[in-house]
Amino acid sequence: MADAAKAAPTHSFSEAAAQALADQDLQRALLNVKRGFIAKRAKARDKLPEFARLRDEAKAIKDHTLSYLDLYLEAYERKVIESGGEVHFAPTAKDARDIVLRLCRDAGARLVTKGKSMVSEEIGLDDHLEAAGIEVAETDLGEHILQIRGDTPSHIIAPVIHLNKETIAADFIRDHDGLPPGRSLDTVPDLVAEARAVLREKFLGADVGITGANLLIAETGSSVIVTNEGNGDLTETLPATHIVLASIEKLVPTLEDAATVLRLLARSATGQEITTYTTFATGPARADDPDGPRAYHVVLLDNGRSGMLGNEFHDMLRCIRCGACLNHCPVYGAIGGHAYGSVYPGPMGAVLTPALYGIDQARDLPNASSFCGRCEEVCPMAIPLPALMRKWRERDFDRGNPPFRQRLALKSWAFLAKRPRLYHALSGFVMPVLARLAGADGRFRHFPLAEAWTGTRDLPAPEGETFQARYRKSRVKP
Amino acid sequence: MTEKRAGTPASPHVALFVTCLVDLIRPSVGFAALKLLQDAGARVEVPAEQTCCGQPAYNSGNRADAIAIARQVVETFERFDYVVAPSGSCAGMIKRHYPELLADDPAYASRARALAAKTYELTSSLVEVLGVTAVEAQFPATVTYHDSCSSLRELNISDAPRRLLAGVDGLTLKEMDEREVCCGFGGAFAVKYPEISMTMAEAKIRNIAASGATCVLAADLGCLLHLAGRLSRDGSPITCRHVAEVLAGMNETPAIGQPQTPE
Amino acid sequence: MSQAGQHRQSILSAVRTALGARLGDPARDAAVTERLRGHPRGTVPARAHQDEPALLDLFQSMLESQGTEVTRATTPEEAVQAIAADLRLHHLPLALRLGEDEVLRTLPWGATPGIKLCFGAADGDDRAGLSRAVAAAAETGTLVLVSGPDNPTTLAFLPESHKVLIHRVDIVPCYEDVFDRLRAIYGEGGLPRTVNLISGPSRTADIEQTIVRGAHGPKRLHVVILG
Repeated sequence: MADAAKAAPTHSFSEAAAQALADQDLQRALLNVKRGFIAKRAKARDKLPEFARLRDEAKAIKDHTLSYLDLYLEAYERKVIESGGEVHFAPTAKDARDIVLRLCRDAGARLVTKGKSMVSEEIGLDDHLEAAGIEVAETDLGEHILQIRGDTPSHIIAPVIHLNKETIAADFIRDHDGLPPGRSLDTVPDLVAEARAVLREKFLGADVGITGANLLIAETGSSVIVTNEGNGDLTETLPATHIVLASIEKLVPTLEDAATVLRLLARSATGQEITTYTTFATGPARADDPDGPRAYHVVLLDNGRSGMLGNEFHDMLRCIRCGACLNHCPVYGAIGGHAYGSVYPGPMGAVLTPALYGIDQARDLPNASSFCGRCEEVCPMAIPLPALMRKWRERDFDRGNPPFRQRLALKSWAFLAKRPRLYHALSGFVMPVLARLAGADGRFRHFPLAEAWTGTRDLPAPEGETFQARYRKSRVKP
Repeated sequence: MTEKRAGTPASPHVALFVTCLVDLIRPSVGFAALKLLQDAGARVEVPAEQTCCGQPAYNSGNRADAIAIARQVVETFERFDYVVAPSGSCAGMIKRHYPELLADDPAYASRARALAAKTYELTSSLVEVLGVTAVEAQFPATVTYHDSCSSLRELNISDAPRRLLAGVDGLTLKEMDEREVCCGFGGAFAVKYPEISMTMAEAKIRNIAASGATCVLAADLGCLLHLAGRLSRDGSPITCRHVAEVLAGMNETPAIGQPQTPE
Repeated sequence: MSQAGQHRQSILSAVRTALGARLGDPARDAAVTERLRGHPRGTVPARAHQDEPALLDLFQSMLESQGTEVTRATTPEEAVQAIAADLRLHHLPLALRLGEDEVLRTLPWGATPGIKLCFGAADGDDRAGLSRAVAAAAETGTLVLVSGPDNPTTLAFLPESHKVLIHRVDIVPCYEDVFDRLRAIYGEGGLPRTVNLISGPSRTADIEQTIVRGAHGPKRLHVVILG
């Protein structure tokens, strides 16, 4: 079980969702982003006839790796050490935080730059380093904006879609010191140019660069990052120390295996054939390299992954964090990332979050799904997301978590369903009564005990006699 | 006269799985299904021991009750040649989920698989099993067809209802945008998370309206009750019917949630 | 055992327990060794199975679709002139930072008099950097650059304009062919500090989903295909 780092869901899902639904600007932004990514992914998939086959192969690669994960971890570790790097195993989030802080202190770090890393958010790294007096500069443009606002991402790939350029300009004016106050930040290129200049200083001044890893390759001991901005590369090339933070299931055996996964990753995430920069880092700079870090450290995080191996949630470990499930989820598309209150939102978050933090704290995530199945359809790693969410609902039910009224209603329904004669006798009596109550109107505008329905919809009334009652009568006619 | 293609089974013994929503709320759909199956040459029985497919229990994590109900359904229906349900959701439950639900029960595992193999959603059974190529019916209206998520993704049904609707006199079918997006019903989801459910309904309704259709058809009563309820709350003139009613020519019943007599 | 050793033991044994695996199982060891040694290929997209001229066109069109400028040069003189022309076109000083790459150093720079060449890693003040790609994958218009004194990695990220020379014969069909090339240079299981797969200039769409070039890396990528 993972640490209950600050990344565990803390707020009321329903309140947050309601807020998101009422926010018209957010709704507009979500709609555009969603349609864009959905269309682009479909186009990219159509342009690659081998997509379905690659998906099968990628699933097989991950399944193979997971069934030998201990051995691949050892093989990977050997290669990292052989190339001059160090590997640090971190069973929990706290262990990982402590290790990274120690490495930063050993490097005399005053300033740390960071590439985008969900694992670092999962373990609450930034706060930990800052509390120790180390300045942390997020370098991904969206993450930088969130950092200076003290905000959280509303979308996994487009983290600041909930902000317009005017808001961001105000943030820049407030936070970017030493720049002329009357400068023009009217256009998006203006904003990007300023961020480039401000972050350039951080890149060049950093003592330590921390990145995540989309993949780890056992054959060569390499970590792989994919970006469009190049911020990950500047983070891992300029400082004297490069720290990679990655969870243990990111491993694949060989370079060829990485190629298969990479062919699916960008296409599934943004519809690009490949991201602008795909970078393989192996060990520190070599003796005659004129640039690159002198020290390379990989922190391998468990934090609940081994607890998913070999059991009913095993398939979730194939996830490559592409975000396709989020992009296609109608619930995520309606409420955005904030409402989930978790580092990992949407369908993949609905399965992973309870695995890391327990179902009690995270029960809304797997419950807030209509099981439409779109996520599973687009997942490049063939993860049966709805089935896994259902397994969480089973655990949730067994723990007695659902509200009393819900449990009562469902138990009563099941009680009757298992007793056909009682069911038909009761329904045969009740349905005509309800039909008469609704009268000529044919529907209920309000219905006691069903306000959850009638609050937002009319409730069509029953026709009257049930099918079974009418059918039995018609059968005994002479 | 129902037209059929050559070589289809003569007079198969079919059980109608009525589904709880049809049984309780809109029996017309059940009678329409009965008529369609009989006109297609099937000998249809409606076992009295049926109530529900168990999906509400299953999807809410109540596995024990879902298994009990599934066993009951297997016992009641396994003696027939085919089981047909006017619902992609219920047919999907039996076809896709019963085998997994009863996989660990040696007394039921193979029986569940056998039942799954011969269970069909209504339009799919008419076209694929009973070989229906055209029905005799009239419905002069511009309609759009809503594919439920279970029909589309659990059962891969998309063609069958459209082929049958193509033979209905006077009916014009206009497809809506974003057909593959969920309407927001999702069973208990509709009442557990009503605001999200409603937002999804409104998005679906915008697409329905944009299609130019005045009537929505679907093979799932759950989706239809949800959409009809929202349309009626909005005061929209767009009506909802189950596809079985239209194919069986049973259009005298008021559309779902509509008043008994026209206002 | 040190704490680091304990942590390592803790994770590995948790994994082994979850998998129901025991240490020193020869069948498992063999499966892993075999996979690593054999590194079998998966499916390579059909678009990579074209003959050379078509592959070259694919390479160029994929690069251009991402906003990269591509020039074909049949001689080294043409290459040098294309590089200089591009600098002038974008109002950049006639100056380049490059590494010790033999091919780049021995280009006929005399063909463009007055050009100033600086050598070594980029320092943040260079406006234009020149690298040579050791290979490229036609399947997605992807250049492959490796770290080292020949072509320092910072050249590809710090200057606002990045120029890359690639020999036509170094353009291979797919990623797997690239990896085989790297194995030929660095040995089985070996790689340099950094391998960059670059498919365009730096970009971001983070603000209002508007694409802007030069988010942190180069604003412009210019590729010269020689041969």
